[in-house]
Amino acid sequence: MKLIGLGTDKIGTTVLIVLAAVSFIIPVCNLATPADSPLHFSAYTVSVLGKYLTFALLGLSLDLVWGYCGILALGQGAFFALGGYAMGMYLMRQIGTRGVYGDPLLPDFMVFLNWKELPWYWLGFDNFWFALVMVVLVPGLLAFVFGWLAFRSRVTGVYLSIITQALTYALLLAFFRNEMGFGGNNGLTDFKELLGFNIQSEALRSVLLMISGVTLIAVFILCRWLVNTKLGRVVTAIRDQESRVRFLGYRVEMFKLWIFVFSAMIAGIAGALYVPQVGIINPSEFSPLNSLEIVIWVAIGGRGTLYGAIIGAVLVNYSKTVLTGLMPEIWLFTLGAVFVLVTVFLPDGLVGLMRRRLQESHS
Amino acid sequence: MNTFAENLFGEVPKVSSGSLVVEGELDTRHGPILYLEDVSVSFDGFKALNHMSLYIDAGELRCMIGPNGAGKTTLMDVITGKTRPDTGTVFFGQTIDLLQMDEPAIAQAGICRKFQKPSVFDALTVFENLELALKADKRTWQTLFYRLNGEQRDRIDQIIETIGLTACNHQRAGILSHGQKQWLEIGMLLMQEPKVMLVDEPIAGMTHQEIERTAELLLSLQGQRSIVVVEHDMEFVRSIASKVTVLHEGSVLTEGTMDEVQNDPRVIQVYLGG
Repeated sequence: MKLIGLGTDKIGTTVLIVLAAVSFIIPVCNLATPADSPLHFSAYTVSVLGKYLTFALLGLSLDLVWGYCGILALGQGAFFALGGYAMGMYLMRQIGTRGVYGDPLLPDFMVFLNWKELPWYWLGFDNFWFALVMVVLVPGLLAFVFGWLAFRSRVTGVYLSIITQALTYALLLAFFRNEMGFGGNNGLTDFKELLGFNIQSEALRSVLLMISGVTLIAVFILCRWLVNTKLGRVVTAIRDQESRVRFLGYRVEMFKLWIFVFSAMIAGIAGALYVPQVGIINPSEFSPLNSLEIVIWVAIGGRGTLYGAIIGAVLVNYSKTVLTGLMPEIWLFTLGAVFVLVTVFLPDGLVGLMRRRLQESHS
Repeated sequence: MNTFAENLFGEVPKVSSGSLVVEGELDTRHGPILYLEDVSVSFDGFKALNHMSLYIDAGELRCMIGPNGAGKTTLMDVITGKTRPDTGTVFFGQTIDLLQMDEPAIAQAGICRKFQKPSVFDALTVFENLELALKADKRTWQTLFYRLNGEQRDRIDQIIETIGLTACNHQRAGILSHGQKQWLEIGMLLMQEPKVMLVDEPIAGMTHQEIERTAELLLSLQGQRSIVVVEHDMEFVRSIASKVTVLHEGSVLTEGTMDEVQNDPRVIQVYLGG
């Protein structure tokens, strides 16, 4: 506890306890009680909660690069989507002969396009562990190449933000193309099973919720540890005075690259957990707007705190679910308004507000 | 006085090295530790440095004075790798070509800098600021798993005491006064155990007492580190300098003791106009 500095941190501890409760109590209740029991949560609640937790993980990954290293990455959604596609490819290959065309090897969309054999980059994705490696490796590799070029040329600030938007937009256009071999416009869907379990089953949904929660808790603790290491302090120093850090003998570009790649890998994991719970991955996940929304979650929750990103992601997405159910047309206006209000009146986000309240109640 | 420096650095390495010339290793047998020859830098036609040549001896304490725009800060930018000169050569000892190196490499080679505007990390504590500056392996993975050992902890505590910030040890640097930030940055410089210290306007915003202690500290380091101080305050320069270099319009106008320099008619003309 001391290592990650949680003992004295009430909000962080509370967030951890709530996360643990959600990710254990709900799945356990659902697995142990019959469907008509009052302790039984609906399949809808379970899958929506699971989705929120993957978004929280995604927000966490952005907070690491933006809140701690000052890199306003507006393409975090790209890494999320790539992780999602890697998982989607595994799930597609699990369909086997149960597809509409019943081809044992080729997914339906390839048969439809008259493809005769599986493209080389689909090989190996029938193996779950291979797919899991790809979930972190592909986003990590893209972040590495992109970051290597950008940080070495000392591209910073708005310019970096714009090229990250361009990156995710370019991927959006690429994945839309049928020739890319990722299902084009429709993406990957109609999944049947995950590791032999029916993907529609309530039991699997509960387990996925639990895995999402446990992953989020583990990554949260890992990130807490990370920002409390010397590397975390160097990264914070880079955020505040980049050139000064260079004169202390640190290779700033390597530190930025490190944290950027690490964060992209977390985003990839979030995407991989998201896809089996929503049952589809398509190019719209690459849309620049998605990446902007992640920034809004983190800004509303509170930057540079890690749990702020979790709180922000869950609250904004819960509001989205409720509001788009009631009045879909006002959602984007509400989101924009809240973002402006938070930026102007709560620069430290909701977490900053909570902290101030806590301090006041102490004194 | 001597023990003051010994306290700071413990074992002070000899500045002059062995007899073999090794490429990439600091070689100061010929005296100077920094060689700048015929260095020119221009920004949009303005010549910030104009064919400047300058030699700093190993272990010497040199003061640089000169009116605004004389090129003092540009000079430091060139030495630390922030600015690339258009022409000229810059060598660290006999063998190390600084123009082939970037800022982190130059810092790791042992040339460290205090900025004109105090540049400390506001979000980190005094202790953490010094920890980041501490001479160590500064690659990413090594930094991630870095643990201070007892000796290093003691050294940081020692420096904190030297710079008079013991009481603020665990406070964020952002709340320090201007003078305290100056001292913290000097402390960060000391943590790096540099061979050459470039100190840009160290006493701005300091109280009289703090100024005296700064002079004391710089004098105590003389002989072990080469120190280049840029300062406007003539009284301060007089109190520390044995040798003063006057810069004017990007070149060295004259060099000598404070008295020689102050009586040089060219210097008087530059400062008083005319």
